[in-house]
Amino acid sequence: MSPVSDVILSVKNLSVHFGGLKAVDDVSFEMSRGEILGLIGPNGAGKTTCFNAISGVYNPTLGDVVLDGRRTNGTPPHGMAALGVGRTFQIVHPFTGLSVRDNVIVPLGGARYRGNFLRSFGSWRDKKIAAEAEKILDTVGLLDQADRKAGLLPIGNLRRLEIARALALRPRLLLLDESFSGLRHAEIAQIEALVRGIRAGGVAVLLIEHNMKVAMTLSDRVVVLDHGRKLAEGLPDDVSSNPDVIEAYLGKGESGRVA
Amino acid sequence: MDYLVNVAIVISIQAIAACGLNVIVGYAGQISLGHAAFFGIGAYASAMLTTKAGLTFWGALPLVLLIAAILGFLLGLPSLRVKEDFLAITTIGINFIVEAVFLYTPFFGKALGIGGIPRIYVFGQRLNNQMLLGLCLFFLALTLLICWRFTRTWAGLSCFAVRENETAASSMGISPVRAKLSAFVIGTVFAGLAGALYAHYVRFISAGDFGFPVSISMMSMVVLGGMGTLWGPLLGAVILGILPEVFRPLIDYRMFLYSLLLLLMIRFQPGGLLGEHSFVRTAFRGLTGKEKGGVAGV
Ligand SMILES: Nc1ncnc2c1ncn2[C@@H]1O[C@H](COP(=O)(O)OP(=O)(O)OP(=O)(O)O)[C@@H](O)[C@H]1O
Ligand SMILES: [Mg+2]
Repeated sequence: MSPVSDVILSVKNLSVHFGGLKAVDDVSFEMSRGEILGLIGPNGAGKTTCFNAISGVYNPTLGDVVLDGRRTNGTPPHGMAALGVGRTFQIVHPFTGLSVRDNVIVPLGGARYRGNFLRSFGSWRDKKIAAEAEKILDTVGLLDQADRKAGLLPIGNLRRLEIARALALRPRLLLLDESFSGLRHAEIAQIEALVRGIRAGGVAVLLIEHNMKVAMTLSDRVVVLDHGRKLAEGLPDDVSSNPDVIEAYLGKGESGRVA
Repeated sequence: MDYLVNVAIVISIQAIAACGLNVIVGYAGQISLGHAAFFGIGAYASAMLTTKAGLTFWGALPLVLLIAAILGFLLGLPSLRVKEDFLAITTIGINFIVEAVFLYTPFFGKALGIGGIPRIYVFGQRLNNQMLLGLCLFFLALTLLICWRFTRTWAGLSCFAVRENETAASSMGISPVRAKLSAFVIGTVFAGLAGALYAHYVRFISAGDFGFPVSISMMSMVVLGGMGTLWGPLLGAVILGILPEVFRPLIDYRMFLYSLLLLLMIRFQPGGLLGEHSFVRTAFRGLTGKEKGGVAGV
C-alpha cells in the first residue's frame, strides 16, 4: 500500500440516498496521486452518483469524502473546482452559445479571479488567457475548432471539450464520466494517450467507463459497483476474473435488471 | 416639437431600465417580472431625498443608486436561489409588495403619492425638457457603454456561462448565485437610475406608476428587441414607446397587446429582433454579405 501522504482522495463509507433508493451504499476506496482508477459497473450501479458526491453536486447522505486530508462534505461544486477537482459529464454540458475557446476561458477565469471582487470586473478578452486556452485545446486536439460555437461540435469533440475545460482548472483530481462513449476507434486511442499524459503530470484520474477494454487497459486499479454497493476492488486482471463481477455483468446481459 | 421631446424622454428613460433588465434576463438568463419595483424604488428614493431631505438631484443620485443596489442585493439573494418558474413568481411578488408599500405607508404619501419633486439643475441652470432629454440620452449612452463593458468582464462571462449551462458553470469554479446576483444588482441599479430620472421628469409620482404592468412592458421591450443583445432593449423601448403614440385608440389594450407580443415573440422569434437567428439579422447578413462574429449573442 502507498504511504498515507500519497493519498489524494479517500471515500469513506459513502452513501447517497434518493428517498428510499440507495444509489450509493456504503462505498469506500482510496486513490493515490498520479493513479488511474477505473470505476465500473452495470447501468444504474451508482457510478455517476458517486462522482456527483465527490464533486459536490450531492451532499453524501452518510460517510465522507476526503480530499488531500480535508473533509469536503457540503462543499458546493464551485468550491470543489477551486480545490482542484475537475470533472466531465456523462451527458455533455457545453456552453452552446460560446465559442470553443471561450468555453475553456470560463474555467481559466474562474481559477484566476476567484475571490477577488474587483478583478472580476477586469476584461476576459486578453491575449494571454486566449493563448492559455489554446494551449489546452491543443493538448486535447481541438485547436482547429477554437472559433466554432460549441453547440455545433459533434459528440467526439464535445467529449474533448469537456476534458479541456476540466484541465483548465489545473486539477489534482480529474473525474472522467464515460469520456470514451460515442467515440470512434481512432479517437479512443487518442484520448487514451491523453489520459496517460495527464496522469504523467501527477494528476489522479478517476474514470467511469463502460468499454471494458478501455477500462481494463487504462486503469491501474479498478473498483466495481453494483446496485450502489462496492462489489470488488483490485488490479484489472483480478477483477475481470472475479466470479461476482462476471455474474453482475452477465446477469445484466441475460435477464436485464430490475431497478 | 415639445410633444416629440416628451415622447423621447420617456423612451430613453424606459430604455435605461430595459437595458438593466436585459443584464438580468439576457446576460444572466434569469427571468425577472418585477423590474418595475426597482424603477419605483429609484423614483421614490430620489423623490424623498429631494423633497424631504432637501438634497439636489445630483446630491441624491449616488444615494439612490446605492439604495437600489442594496435592495437589489437583499431581494435578489433569496430569489436567485430558486429556479425559473419560481423566480418568475418571486419577482412578481416583489413587485406587488413594493407597490403596496408605496401605496399604503403614510411615509410614502399613500395613494396621494409624492408631488413637488424639483427639476434638475446642471451648473445652476434649470433644465427645460430639451435639456432634460439631453441628460437622459447621456445616461442612456452611459448605460449602453457599461452594459457593453460588462460583457467583456469576468463577471459578465460568468453570467453567460451560468445562462448557457448552470451545472457546467458551477463545476468550473463559478458560483451561480454570485454570478446571478451581480447581474441582478447591476440591473436594479439601472432601474433605479431610470426611476430617479422619471421622478424628476414627471415631478409627481404615485405607486401605480410602478405596478406589475410596467414590469411586463419592460420585459416586452427586452424580448422584442432581443434578449442578451446590446441594442435590443433600446430598439424594443423605441418601438413600444412609439406605437401607442401612433395608434392612440390601442392604448387601452396595451397590456393585452404586450402580453400577446411576448407570447408571439417567444414562440416565433425567441432571440428578438436583433437576436442571432432573427429575420432582421438574416436580412442584414444577406445585404452586407458578411457575418459579424458576436460573442454570446452580444
Ligand atoms: N437525482 C436523482 N434522483 C433520484 N434518483 C437518482 C438520481 N440520480 C440517480 N438516481 C438513481 O440512482 C441510481 C444510480 O444512478 P447513476 O446515474 O449513479 O448510475 P450509473 O452507474 O452512472 O449508471 P450509467 O452507467 O447508466 O450511467 C439509478 O437507479 C438512478 O435512477
Ligand atoms: Mg452514469
